[in-house]
Amino acid sequence: MNNEEIIIEGPNVAHGAESATDHHGHEHHEQHFIWKYIFSQDHKVIGRQFLVTGIIWAIIGGLFSVFFRLQLGFPDSTFPIMEKFLGDWAKGGKLTPEFYYALITMHGTILVFFVLTAGLSGTFANILIPFQVGARDMASPFMNMLSYWFFFAASICMFTSLFVETGPASGGWTTYPPLSALKEASLGSGVGMDLWLLGMALFVVSSLLGGLNYITTILNMRTKGMTMTRLPLTVWALLFTAVLGVLSFPVLFSGVVLLIFDRNFGTSFYLSEIFIGGKALPHIGGSAILYQHLFWFLGHPEVYIIMLPGMGMASEVLSTNSRKPIFGYFAMIISLVGITLLAFVVWAHHMFVTGMSPFLGSIFVLLTLLIAVPSAVKVFNWLTTIWRGNIRFNPAMLFALGFVSLFISGGLTGIFLGNSALDIHLHDTYFVVAHFHIVMGVSAFFGMFAGTYHWFPKMFGRFMNNTLGYIHFFITFIGAYLIFWPMHYEGIAGMPRRYYDYSAWESFKHFQGVNAFISIVAIIVFFAQLLFVVNFFTSIWRGRKMTTLNPWGSTTLEWTTPINPGHGNWVGEIPEVYRWPYDYKDDGHGNDFIPQTTPLRPGEEEH
Amino acid sequence: MSVLITVALVVLVFIIIYQIGKASEYSVILRGEEKVKAQANRAVAFLLLLLFPLGCWGIWYCNSIFKDRLLPVAACPTGVNYDSMFNMTVLVTGIVFFLTQFVLFWFCFKYQSTDKRTTFFFAHNNKLELIWTTIPAIAMAILVAIGLRNWYDVTSPAPPNATVIEIMGKQFNWLVRYPGKDNELGKRDFRKINDANNVMGLDWSDPHNMDDIISQNGELHVVVNKPVKLLINSRDVIHDVGLPHFRLKMDAVPGITTTLWFIPTITTDSMKIITKNPDFVYEISCDQLCGKGHYSMRGTIIVQTQAEYDKWMASQQSYYAGNNPSATPAVDTTKAQPKNEVKAVTMK
Repeated sequence: MNNEEIIIEGPNVAHGAESATDHHGHEHHEQHFIWKYIFSQDHKVIGRQFLVTGIIWAIIGGLFSVFFRLQLGFPDSTFPIMEKFLGDWAKGGKLTPEFYYALITMHGTILVFFVLTAGLSGTFANILIPFQVGARDMASPFMNMLSYWFFFAASICMFTSLFVETGPASGGWTTYPPLSALKEASLGSGVGMDLWLLGMALFVVSSLLGGLNYITTILNMRTKGMTMTRLPLTVWALLFTAVLGVLSFPVLFSGVVLLIFDRNFGTSFYLSEIFIGGKALPHIGGSAILYQHLFWFLGHPEVYIIMLPGMGMASEVLSTNSRKPIFGYFAMIISLVGITLLAFVVWAHHMFVTGMSPFLGSIFVLLTLLIAVPSAVKVFNWLTTIWRGNIRFNPAMLFALGFVSLFISGGLTGIFLGNSALDIHLHDTYFVVAHFHIVMGVSAFFGMFAGTYHWFPKMFGRFMNNTLGYIHFFITFIGAYLIFWPMHYEGIAGMPRRYYDYSAWESFKHFQGVNAFISIVAIIVFFAQLLFVVNFFTSIWRGRKMTTLNPWGSTTLEWTTPINPGHGNWVGEIPEVYRWPYDYKDDGHGNDFIPQTTPLRPGEEEH
Repeated sequence: MSVLITVALVVLVFIIIYQIGKASEYSVILRGEEKVKAQANRAVAFLLLLLFPLGCWGIWYCNSIFKDRLLPVAACPTGVNYDSMFNMTVLVTGIVFFLTQFVLFWFCFKYQSTDKRTTFFFAHNNKLELIWTTIPAIAMAILVAIGLRNWYDVTSPAPPNATVIEIMGKQFNWLVRYPGKDNELGKRDFRKINDANNVMGLDWSDPHNMDDIISQNGELHVVVNKPVKLLINSRDVIHDVGLPHFRLKMDAVPGITTTLWFIPTITTDSMKIITKNPDFVYEISCDQLCGKGHYSMRGTIIVQTQAEYDKWMASQQSYYAGNNPSATPAVDTTKAQPKNEVKAVTMK
C-alpha cells in the first residue's frame, strides 16, 4: 500500500510523514491542547482516553463490590463509613435492600460494558490495530473520536443515574422486564432505569462506531507485505471482537428500544397479564421471554467480546516472553473463528429454566459444549508455547500466565453450566457467579493487565514499576482463587445469587462464615488494585524512561515506531513487512528474534 | 476514630509498598540491571512453582470445610441422576484441571530464563493439534449424551397420576393452590385479582374454583413417592421456583405457565434424621431477581405420608369459603398460625 494514500488530512492532524522529514517544518504547527488531548483524532490518544476512563469506572465498580460484600459478609454489622459515601442509602451504616440491588446492578453493568468492553477493546483496539497492521491511524479518525465521546456521554448518563432520588437501575445487569419495565415493581425501575437504557443506547452507538472502524482498518489499511496471515494474533482477536460487537450490539439496541416503548409509550412487547401495585395492567399478549432472547443474543457474544482481546494479548505476551513462536498460529486463528461463529448460536443456554422447549434446549446444549473444543485447543497451544521456552517473568508475562490458569478454571465450570441437566440446579446460584467472575471477570482483567504492563512503554514512553507489578499479580491471583473457589461450593449447595441476606434460610445460613471470609479477601484484593492504579498514574510521569525502541525484543511493528510517536506513528515511510510475527529464532547476529520488517534471508523459508 | 485509624493504616501500607517498589528501582541501578532481573526471575519462578502445591492444599482444605455443609442426598430420582452426572463431570473436568494447571506451573519453573538455554523453535505440529482437538470433542460428546438423557428425563411429560398443584409467585411470596376435592383447578383471570379476597384471580363463575384451596404462607404439601406436577406462573414480575433439595428450578413468568414434575422420595421427617438437623425443611427459593424483597421470598415443601397429607388436607378450608364467611362458618385456626411464620422472613 502506498504510503501517501494513508496520510491523514485535516486541520487537527500533524502531517506525519512530512513533518518528520523536516522539509515542510514550517507547515507543522503545534496543535492546541484541546485538539491534541481532548477531541483528539489520534488513535493513540483515543486509546489512552478509553484506558483512563475504563480505570476510573473500574474503581467505581470495584468500590461498589466492596460495599455489597460488606453487607453479604457481615449482615449484622453496621459500617458508618458507608453512610459517608452513600448517604441515606446506607443510613446508620447499613445498606438498604433497594440500594444493595442497585449496587449489584451497577457493578455488573459498569464492569461488563464500561470497563471490560469499552475500557478493554476500546483501549487496545485503538492502540494496537494501527500500530500492528502498519497504518498511520484508523480508517476514520473522526468516527474513532466520536466513538470515544459517545462512550463518554454514555458514562455521564450512567454516572448521573447514581444520584437520582429513586436510585440507579436495580434489576440486575440483565434488567429483565417486567421488573425493569414497571415503575411499581421496584424503586430502581424509575428514572434510574431510563438513564440506564439511554446510557446503554449511547454505549451501543459508541461500540458500533468503534467496531466498524477497527474492521475497516484491519481489512484495508495493512502496510505492504502485511498479509492477513502475517497479522499478530492480537489483531486477529480484535478483529473478531469487533465483528461480534457489530453483529450483536444492534440486537441489544432493539431490545432496549422496545423496553423504552413498554416503559413510556404503553406498548406490550414484554408485558402480559400483570397485577402490580394493587391493580391489573392493561397489557396482554407480550412475552417477558422475548427480551431475554434479545438481550442474550448480545449478552452471550458479549462474553467473547470481553474474552477475545485478552486471548489475543495473552498469545502475544506469552510468545514474546517465552522467546518462542506461538504454537499453532493457524489453529489459533481457526479456533477464534470457531468461537466467534459458535458465540452467535449459544445464547439460549442462559435461558434453560425459562420453560423453553426441551428440544430447543438440547440443541443449545450441544452447541454450547462445542465451544469447549476451540477453547481447549487454545489452552493446549498456550501451554505448548511456553514448553521449552526461555521464560522471562515480567509483570505482563505473569498476568498472561494467570490468564491461562484462570481461563482453564473458569472454562471448565462452563461445562457444568452449559449442560442443561446440570444447569437446572446450578442456574442462578453462586456457582454461576463463581464461573463467570473467574472466566470473564478476573481472566479478562488479567488479559487487560498483561496488555497494560506490556504496552505501557509504547503508550507513555516509560515503564511501570516491576516490583509493584509483582506484588499486584500475586495478591490478585491468589485472591481471585480465594474469593471465587469457595463460591462454587455455595452454588453446588444451591445458594441463590443476588440475595441481600441469607440468615432466614435454613439451607443457606450456615455459609455465613464463608461469606465473611470471601468479603475480607475481596476487600484486600480491591486495595491491591489501587496499588496498580497508583503505579499506573505515577509511572506516566515518573516511571523509568524507555531508552531503547524495542524493550521486550518483540517482532511486531509497533516497536519500530519512535519512543513517543507523533500522529502518523512512523517517521518517514511505513515499514514493509516480510514475515510472520512470531519468528523468535536466531537471526544469525546473536539476537533471538527477527522483526517482521527483516527481509527473508536467502534460502530461508517463510513460516 | 476507628475509621480514621483504619484509613491511616491503609494509607501507610500503601506508602510502604510504594516505597519498596521505588527502592527496587534504585537497586536495579546500583546493582546492575541484568543481575537484579535474573534474581527476580528465579524468585518468581520459584514462587509460581510453590503456587501449585499450595493451591492443591487449599482445595483439599476447602473440601474439608464444605464436606458436611453441602446438600443432603437428593430427594427425588431425577435428583439422584443429577448427583451422579455432576460427580462424573467433576471427575472429567477435575482431571483436566489438575493436569493443565500442573503443566502450566511446572513449565514456568522448568523453563525459566537462563543464559544457557536456547529455545526450541516449535511453530506447529498437525498430529498434536489433531489429538487435542479430538479428545475434547469426544469427552464433550459423552457429557452431552449423559446430559441430554437426564434432561429429557426431567422435562418429560408428567405421569397421568401426578397431583397437580399450582404455584404462583408474587412480590414477595408464593401462593400455592390445590385443586380440592374435584381434583380440578378452576379458571383464573389476572383482571379478577384482588388482594383482599381473591389473591390469584379465581373466576367464581367456574364451579371448579369453589373447592380450591390456596395457601398463602408458601407451604407446599406433597405426598411421598407420589408424582407431583407444578403449574408455575407469576402475578407480577419473573420469579423462579428453586428446589435445591430436588435439584430443580423453573422460572415463574407472568402470562406464561411453566411446569415441573418430580417424585419426592424422602419425607421431611426422614430428612431431619438423615441430616441430623431437627429444623430441617425443604425450602423453595426464588432464584430470579424480583425486587427488593427477592431474598426473603421463601417457601417450604412439606413431604409427608399419604395419611399425614390427608389429615392436613381435611383441616383446610376452601379459599372461597374462607373469604365468604357467610357461606361456611370459619374454621380459620389452621390458617392463622402458619401466617405468623411467613412474617418472620417476609420484608417489612
